[in-house]
Order: sequence, then C-alpha cells, then structure tokens
Amino acid sequence: MLSQFAYRKAGSVQEAIELSSRPGARILAGGSDLLGCLRDGVFSADRIVSISGLKELKGVAATAGGGMRIGALATLAEIAGHPRLRQAYPALAQAAAAAASPQLRNQGTIGGNLCQRPRCWYFRGDFPCARKGGDTCYAIAGENQLHCIFGGEGCYMVHPSDTAPALLALDAKVRIQGRKGARTIPLASFFVLPSVDPRRENALAPGELLTEILLDPPEPGARGLYRKVRERGAFDFALVGAAIVLAISEGTVKKARVALSGVAPVPWRSEEAEAALAGKKLDQQAIAAAAAAAVKDAEPLSGNGYKIPLVRGMVEDALSALAG
Amino acid sequence: MKPNDDESERSALSRRRFFNSMAAGAGGAALIAGPGEGRDPRLEAPPDRAETIRIPLTVNGRQHSLTVEPRWTLLYALREQLGLTGTKPGCERGECGACTVLIDGQVRYACMTLAVEAAGASITTLEGLMRGEELGPVQQAFAQEDAFQCGYCTPGQAMSAEGLLRKSPNPSVDEIREEMSGNLCRCGAYPHIVKAVQRAASMRKGGVS
Repeated sequence: MLSQFAYRKAGSVQEAIELSSRPGARILAGGSDLLGCLRDGVFSADRIVSISGLKELKGVAATAGGGMRIGALATLAEIAGHPRLRQAYPALAQAAAAAASPQLRNQGTIGGNLCQRPRCWYFRGDFPCARKGGDTCYAIAGENQLHCIFGGEGCYMVHPSDTAPALLALDAKVRIQGRKGARTIPLASFFVLPSVDPRRENALAPGELLTEILLDPPEPGARGLYRKVRERGAFDFALVGAAIVLAISEGTVKKARVALSGVAPVPWRSEEAEAALAGKKLDQQAIAAAAAAAVKDAEPLSGNGYKIPLVRGMVEDALSALAG
Repeated sequence: MKPNDDESERSALSRRRFFNSMAAGAGGAALIAGPGEGRDPRLEAPPDRAETIRIPLTVNGRQHSLTVEPRWTLLYALREQLGLTGTKPGCERGECGACTVLIDGQVRYACMTLAVEAAGASITTLEGLMRGEELGPVQQAFAQEDAFQCGYCTPGQAMSAEGLLRKSPNPSVDEIREEMSGNLCRCGAYPHIVKAVQRAASMRKGGVS
C-alpha cells in the first residue's frame, strides 16, 4: 500500500500549475513512473495533481505550417500507431513502439516519457547518491555495466527515454507553461547534464508543466529510424539506441541528425557523427567514418566498455539500412 | 480427502492475507524517506484520516459506485473492494503483467493505475471473460494448449490475449510475441502461450476448438 497523499484532479492547465507549485506536490499524467517511484520510496508525495483529464494536452495533430503538434498526454501507443507520424516521422513512431510493454504504452504519455526519472539501480535503490542530494555517484566504483560513456560528471546514469533521442534528432521543440506564462524551447535545451545540476534531469521549475511537443515539417528527402539494442527481445530499456534522421537530395546528405540513447545522462546528440555524414554520399566509407566518429570521445567506466563497439556497430547498421 | 467448503474458504482468505501482508511490506519501504529527500517543513501535512473519493466504475458490464482512498490502486479496489480475485498481484511495479486488465478495451497494469484515475472507465477482468459458468474462448484455449505450469501469470496472460484479439483478430506470431511481451511467465510456457493465442483467435472466429 502506498502512503497517504491528497489527490487533486486539475480542471485546467492553470489549475494544475497552481496545485503543483507547492513542495511535495507531484504531477500524475499516465502515472506509471510516478507510482513506481512512490512504491520504491525514491521520493514521496503529499499531494498528487492529476492532469490526465486535461483535454487541451491530448491528441496528435498537424499544424498549419505542415508540422505536428503532440500533446504531452498523447500516449506512446497513440504515437506508435499514428499514420502521419509513422510515415513522416518514423524515428519517433518507432521509438514509441520500442518503449516498455503494450500495457505501459497504453498508459505512458510522451510528456511523462521525457520527464521520467532515471532507472539507475543506485538512484532507485537505497543509496544517498548525488542525484538524491548526496555527494557521490555509486556507479563510479560500483556496478556500472548499464551506465554512461558520455557526459557523466558527478552522475553516470543514462537517460531512460527512447522517444527523447528521436525527438532530438527531429529538432523538436517543447512548450512549457508556468505561473509566469509559457515558453517554447528546443528539446536540446530541455535536458540538464549532471555537470550543471546532478539532481534534476530537465529544465522544468516547480509548478511548470510540459504541455506540448512541436515538430517542424519533415525536410525534403527526409528518412529516419530508431534502433534499439536490449538484453532481451522486448520490454526492456535500451542498452544503447540510435535515432537517425537524414535529409538526402541528389544522393548527398544535406543534413544529418544522430541522437543516441543509453549512452549519457541526457539523450546524446553525436555532432561528430553528423559532421562525418554532412555533404557526403551515404556510402560504406561515410557510414564507417560516422560510426567511428560517434564513439571517438567515449569515456567508459570499468564495466561498460562493451557499449563502444555496440554503439559503433549499431550506428553502422542503422545508417546502412537508411542507405538501402 | 476432499476439503470441505469452510476449509477452502479459509485457505482462500489466508492466501489473500498473505498478499496483503506482502503489499504492506512494500508500502513500509515507501515510508522510508530517501536520503536527501528529508521532509520539508513547508510540505502539506499528509491527511491524518484518509481522504476518500466516490467513483463510478463499470466492471465486467456491471456498474459500481466505490468509495476509494486516492492511494488505492485499481488492483487493490478490484480484489479487496469488489472481491474479484482473478486479477493477480505480482510485482506491483508494472513489470510482470499478472494484474493485466482491460481499461476501456486497452490492456493495462491494474497495479500501476490508481483506482481514482479509473473513475468512469469500463474495466474488464478475467471474470468478465467467462461465458456464464463456462470458460470463455481465451480461457479454454489456454487450458487446451496447456499454456502454463504454475498458472499464476495465466489470468494476466489471458487478459493480454483478449486485448490483442479484440484489436487484431488474426495476429501473426511476431505480433503475438510483441503484444504478449508485457506478461512474464517464470515457468517459461511461452511457446504454448503463443499457441493458445492462435487457438483463441480461431475459436473466436467460430473455428474448431
């Protein structure tokens, strides 16, 4: 049985913001990550503010400019099955389909998938780690085979989302509403590296709400995919994953986006891999160079060096599929 | 010797008590504040008497009005308030699938859903798959294909199969494997489970059982 909390169902975004501004309040959208954290004592909640009834945060729709607007409450199942997303933004639809299990995809929202807490066993377990306000990351000297090879400084967890790298590769923007009004920021600046603050994963201030995700129209000649490597064939977090979106015209890569999951405390854009592809023909040589560039600056811990050849092989495989 | 009715009733109760005590243990762990998550004096005082909320809930076609605490999961409400013990508690973390039910026709984990969040929804549990006193097609298919050993995960497996067949009456093996992936079977009856889903698909279409 969970410990007691007060429950409020918000009738509007404004009310959700007011109700969730006080310390000890937690937002419930789908609720799967929240209930897991409460059950395991990762944090406690005195008040749960449900936003699940807010119609204005639901749905996936085309925008007037030819892009897409995805409400924060759109479920992963909805995104995975959306015809327009599958056709024009396959990296995102595939990432949503690869996340969690059928039951959780029916429950979990895209907003919650971006805001979910880390799965690191020290964070989820009874360890006073840096992310919980302590002064050390237990993964450095401990069991770190699932931890990061990039961007770890003070905390070596990996960001658990599959959809985040896909949205990053699509140059998505997110809209955030708070007491002081609304702002729209690139998703790239939504995530917070532990070197900036190891205690939070994103830029949301207390009382702020992620309300929607905005996608530009696909580039001409765009193709994309999401690849995910897991320990089992389904229902697992990524060991590593790659969202790749390329704009190709006249046989040449005009624009490349390579975003990795399972490698860093934030969804990790590999600008090195992108630079190795830009302006090139997508041939074996360019693909091999991009895959090598993706892992060039990796800094493995004692138990996760295997991620370097794994990422390299996965990126090479994914780019070859896009070239075919 | 065949146990009399009183005895089987008692053993059913003690099984329920066992799971209650498991659930209490999990709740106890949640009470221990994580380091760095110490209580902030500005926090809202938790209600000393449980706040309760009245919710409408349709379960297996029958309308109920339930009084629930916000912290109760749908799993708890189904089992402890409505006595529908076909829905099984397993991991209570959304990892095993034993508690799978249909919420408005979609497969969901009842352990990860607050009862209050299901207000107004239409729930189907294992009991709802029965045809009167007879097993429904999905249940029959699991029995006929011997798609279990211990059977504890079977109610959840059957609900996932039902959810799959409602949206995709003729699934491929790959589709079955993906759509059943949210349900774990520690006995490893997976090949038989795939066959059971195929048999259920054929039975639902009026094929030979």
